[in-house]
Amino acid sequence: MTLFIEQLINGLQLGTMLFLMASGLTLVFGVMGLINLAHGSFYMVGAYATALVTAATGSFFVGLAAGIAVAAAVGALVELIVIRRLYHRPHLDQVLATFALILIFSEGTRWIFGSSPLWLNPPAMLSGSVTLPGGLRYPIYRLVIIAVGVAVAVGMYFLITRTRLGMRIRAGESDREMIGALGINIARLYTLVFAMGAALAGLAGALVGALQSVQVGMGEPVLILAFVVIVIGGIGSIKGALYGAILVGVVDTLGRVFLPGFFRQFMSPSEAAGVGSAIAAMLIYIMMAAILAFKPKGLFAANE
Amino acid sequence: MKKLASVGLGLLMTTAMAAVQAEEVKIGMITTLSGGGSHLGVDVRDGFMLAIERSGRDDVKVLIQDDANRPDLARSLSNEFMQRDNVDILTGIIWSNLAMAVVPAAVRQGTFYLSPNAGPSDLAGRMCHENYFNVAYQNDNLHGGMGAYMREQGFERPILMAPNYPAGTDALAGFKHLYEGEVVDELYTQMGQTDYAAEIAQIRASDADSLFFFLPGGMGISFMKQWENSGVDLPVFGAAFSFDETIIQAVGSAAIGAMNTSLWAYDLDNEANHAFVEGFREAYDRMPTLYAAQGYDTANLIISALEKAHPSDQDAFREALREADFDSVRGKFRFGPNQHPIQDILVREVVEGDNGQPTNRLVGIAVEDIQDIYYEQCQM
Repeated sequence: MTLFIEQLINGLQLGTMLFLMASGLTLVFGVMGLINLAHGSFYMVGAYATALVTAATGSFFVGLAAGIAVAAAVGALVELIVIRRLYHRPHLDQVLATFALILIFSEGTRWIFGSSPLWLNPPAMLSGSVTLPGGLRYPIYRLVIIAVGVAVAVGMYFLITRTRLGMRIRAGESDREMIGALGINIARLYTLVFAMGAALAGLAGALVGALQSVQVGMGEPVLILAFVVIVIGGIGSIKGALYGAILVGVVDTLGRVFLPGFFRQFMSPSEAAGVGSAIAAMLIYIMMAAILAFKPKGLFAANE
Repeated sequence: MKKLASVGLGLLMTTAMAAVQAEEVKIGMITTLSGGGSHLGVDVRDGFMLAIERSGRDDVKVLIQDDANRPDLARSLSNEFMQRDNVDILTGIIWSNLAMAVVPAAVRQGTFYLSPNAGPSDLAGRMCHENYFNVAYQNDNLHGGMGAYMREQGFERPILMAPNYPAGTDALAGFKHLYEGEVVDELYTQMGQTDYAAEIAQIRASDADSLFFFLPGGMGISFMKQWENSGVDLPVFGAAFSFDETIIQAVGSAAIGAMNTSLWAYDLDNEANHAFVEGFREAYDRMPTLYAAQGYDTANLIISALEKAHPSDQDAFREALREADFDSVRGKFRFGPNQHPIQDILVREVVEGDNGQPTNRLVGIAVEDIQDIYYEQCQM
């Protein structure tokens, strides 16, 4: 039972991390209609900046702030230089251009920092584990990631429903040309939203970088999962991204743990491990196909 | 008559010149210098070149190409080396799947291949070849060595973990072959996985008394960092591939206390090794890894054989290689009948070094004179 609960929390933690990635991705798609494959690169940029600044200053929190700031700045710069020219192009052109950005970011990072992973650890006050009610020991840092994810979700809710910026974002989602006609500086709004998405990706990269390893290409596997999340949740919907992320996180984690055990009941251990982990790897894609079969626009389709 | 004599003289001179040219030895090195796991290739190359430079031989020419960890690229590079550059010896490949793409065809065409790292079971067994020498290890060696060590240390319920791909399943099979006991469970992860929360929870829920894992490259870094914060308190064991100097620097304090098997340690006490470690640190300003040691040994083996014969005299050169008449940084080194090493497997522990950074310290010998289990399938 504690194993199940621990895995559930693990799934939740993966889910909140995916939400940080997916919310930026879905925001950019919802407001600007842009498919941004380079979102994983901002994740990497955030992690690298955090690792470097943490190493230089000795403080993880300064590093984290720097990671978010650098990711946002790089996002804004990329929007001004490249993305701006893509809004009126077909999706295929956007995919091509942002794929090129992935290659440029990856090789550029490799060129500057080399292929060896960088060193980044959680701060001392957040390392180790705590005993949760029920006697379960769980790493503090993973609980912090969940808390940050929840805080960002609540913050996004208030931003979008209660602020002027949120009002403009919602307006941009429903009618792009109209808000331009109403005298809102749409170019600035786009840059702002894009930088915000990049900052969230940078935050995710920095948090996860301390848990995993900071290296070239770390963003791409997460990007694929984030796309699954926004497709399941409904492209353009923040609420969909939240539910989709948690669903994907929990299903993926539980599948990986319990499927091999399930197959072991009627197979030899090594075969069961092989079959079980193969199916576990496919599980979220099977789930995505099933959801799309009944809800072609995802669980919470935005108003398109 | 005079004319004939001068033609004869000319002929003599040209053959003499050809003989001088044939003296030069060309070595083609195909290794991984970019992409994931490139620090392995860089270290093999640097160790190899250090030995070549120290030998002072200017008739040995080394051509180096990057395979980017791609089998197709490695294959076409080997063809280029053999057909365009006419190399006498090929070497350098890091990964077993790349070795399988290159080695069988190369040795069949009469080129020598000396492996500084990869040692897939097929090349040790049924596909062995008289022109193929492995100077590093057969892939099972280090895992099997750890199996023997853990049994000897009295661990009774190890839990095993490896990625779900051929080298991963081979690693666990190699471990179990010499552990010869029951294991609690075998966990197979995805290749390239970065989050191990689910596996750590399973390890916590099991009643294992120790953990053995094989997670090469970045996978091991991620796992060890998450392991440290999980509060699970089991002794950790692995092969040197997850604990080379580059990797433990990235893992940081989480690696401290882990035991790992290797065929070389920088504090192994012999003269050749002191000279190697000092020279490497001086030349490249970093600690050598086992990959650098393997590259260094490979080059020294080649040089020792060149003292006796030129590769164009294939039988004599092959015989000279078999003698393994060089000062290995491993102290002792000899070839088995399938031209794979028979060597000691060492145990190292990750400890805090003088500068506060983790480093490996030699603890002892896990298995003396280990030999792979495939040599009986080898018919040469």
